Amino acid sequence: MGESYAAVMPTNAYNWIAVWRRNFLAWKKVALASILGNLADPLTNLFGLGFGLGLIVGRVEGTSYIAFLAAGMVATSAMTSATFETLYAAFARMDAKRTWEAILSTELTLGDIVLGELVWAASKSVLAGTAIGIVAVTLGYASWLSILYAMPTIALTGLVFASLAMVVISLAPSYDYFVFYQTLVLSPMVFLCGVVFPTSQLPGSFQQFVGLLPLAHSVDLIRPAMLERGVDSAVLHVAALCVYTVVPFFASIAVFRRRLLR
Amino acid sequence: MSMSTVAIDLAGVRKSFGGRTIVDELSFSVARGECFGLLGPNGAGKSTIARMLLGMISPDAGKIMVLNEPVPARARVARMRIGVVPQFDNLELEFTVRENLLVFGRYFGMSARKIEAVVPSLLEFARLETKADARVSELSGGMKRRLTLARALINDPHLLVMDEPTTGLDPHARHLIWERLRVLLARGKTILLTTHFMEEAERLCDRLCVLEGGRKIAEGKPDVLIDEHIGCNVVEIYGGDPHQLRELIRPHARHIEVSGETLFCYAPYPEQVRVQLRGRAGLRVLQRSPNLEDVFLRLTGREMEK
Repeated sequence: MGESYAAVMPTNAYNWIAVWRRNFLAWKKVALASILGNLADPLTNLFGLGFGLGLIVGRVEGTSYIAFLAAGMVATSAMTSATFETLYAAFARMDAKRTWEAILSTELTLGDIVLGELVWAASKSVLAGTAIGIVAVTLGYASWLSILYAMPTIALTGLVFASLAMVVISLAPSYDYFVFYQTLVLSPMVFLCGVVFPTSQLPGSFQQFVGLLPLAHSVDLIRPAMLERGVDSAVLHVAALCVYTVVPFFASIAVFRRRLLR
Repeated sequence: MSMSTVAIDLAGVRKSFGGRTIVDELSFSVARGECFGLLGPNGAGKSTIARMLLGMISPDAGKIMVLNEPVPARARVARMRIGVVPQFDNLELEFTVRENLLVFGRYFGMSARKIEAVVPSLLEFARLETKADARVSELSGGMKRRLTLARALINDPHLLVMDEPTTGLDPHARHLIWERLRVLLARGKTILLTTHFMEEAERLCDRLCVLEGGRKIAEGKPDVLIDEHIGCNVVEIYGGDPHQLRELIRPHARHIEVSGETLFCYAPYPEQVRVQLRGRAGLRVLQRSPNLEDVFLRLTGREMEK
């Protein structure tokens, strides 16, 4: 049994690049639409909530509400772009488009494919997170350097949510099931993890629970970076995000193996 | 056969899904340079066997060796020297013909330079020289199939595994694929193909294995199988009551099969059968040489689904 699992794991440190490059080539053909699409939703939130709600809220944790929110939006857009890329685009490549099937008849393994898809989804997170960051910098709510500091966390956040979404698509029989993950897992996380208001506003027991959620760790790393403050317990946050990447990665490969390579 | 001359070797392979047996104690060998056919109706287990050879399905029991590698354990290594034409096209529709080959070559670890060096000959082989920069979504069914074939050759494989390579193509496109496959055989490639077209199997395969319900019911060279199991002319009779006609021609037939409203009469002297039918209105009588369809009908008592 162990041998058959070993056979589907990533072959080496570079085979996945061929999968990433395939996705990059496909993306290049629709790059402009993709970038605009990635920007529209977080910018609506940023302006709608930031200016509108910001007027009532005033200052939060010693900064303007919109600056506070911008950091949260960078983390959220990293989360959603990796999630959607995996849920919809990677699922289509695995299912209806038979792209994975074609790749599985070559030298690559299932693990190579999943790894390539994860890094690709994280790349889209970097793109989306950076785009919001650039808007924040342009409006004067963050500095250029702070975006650079936030970049590794944005990428890691992308890996986390691509990896989690990979488990969802490995289990879901069809697109119809993704909505449960979005409404029952992702949307509550946005409100619980300190994106739109500080977690200190939550009841104490909730705060402990929130400490387990991956987005909270992302926000706790990205916000201080963007507001150029010191980060508390950075190692813990990074470690938590790594666990949220690695465990679902291997779990999804195991489930995909049962699904695709019976 | 010594191992180096054997491309594929299956021994006692079994596979079932959800309690249903798909492949049942199957054994066969394919020599290098041979075109071997898996012939059978839908649901006979052909695709399952093709996927097993690639390590995409693991057998419940039995041994599989492909190009001297145990499969599925070392399927990845075997796949380096295999080209695959799947049953359903899985080309990149938004990419051009050239981009499809480029992307696929990378999956075999080929450098851009190496891929560019082989693309012209692949395009020529697939008769797609003028379509190099056309998007795949603009190609006809036959062109897509030829591109899939060219894509399967990008790693210069020893063995081609083709799952129903011409299903869904019109006769012209099908003949072009057959002609291309004969060129590959002449170059010394080994081909394993699954098909439910008797004509395809007869034209291309050096040897074949007839499958029904995952079991091998016959194996051999097409002409030998036809000779062994039929060995005489066939008279097909349509129209009229087949059961009544059966009684009439019985004395002159070696064997008779009724399938639907058609009566198949296997007779060494077909003229004698025709004499019996003379003067009967509404009958259509067709005399022909025996083929693999007759072998299948003889062995299973029913026609292969078309």
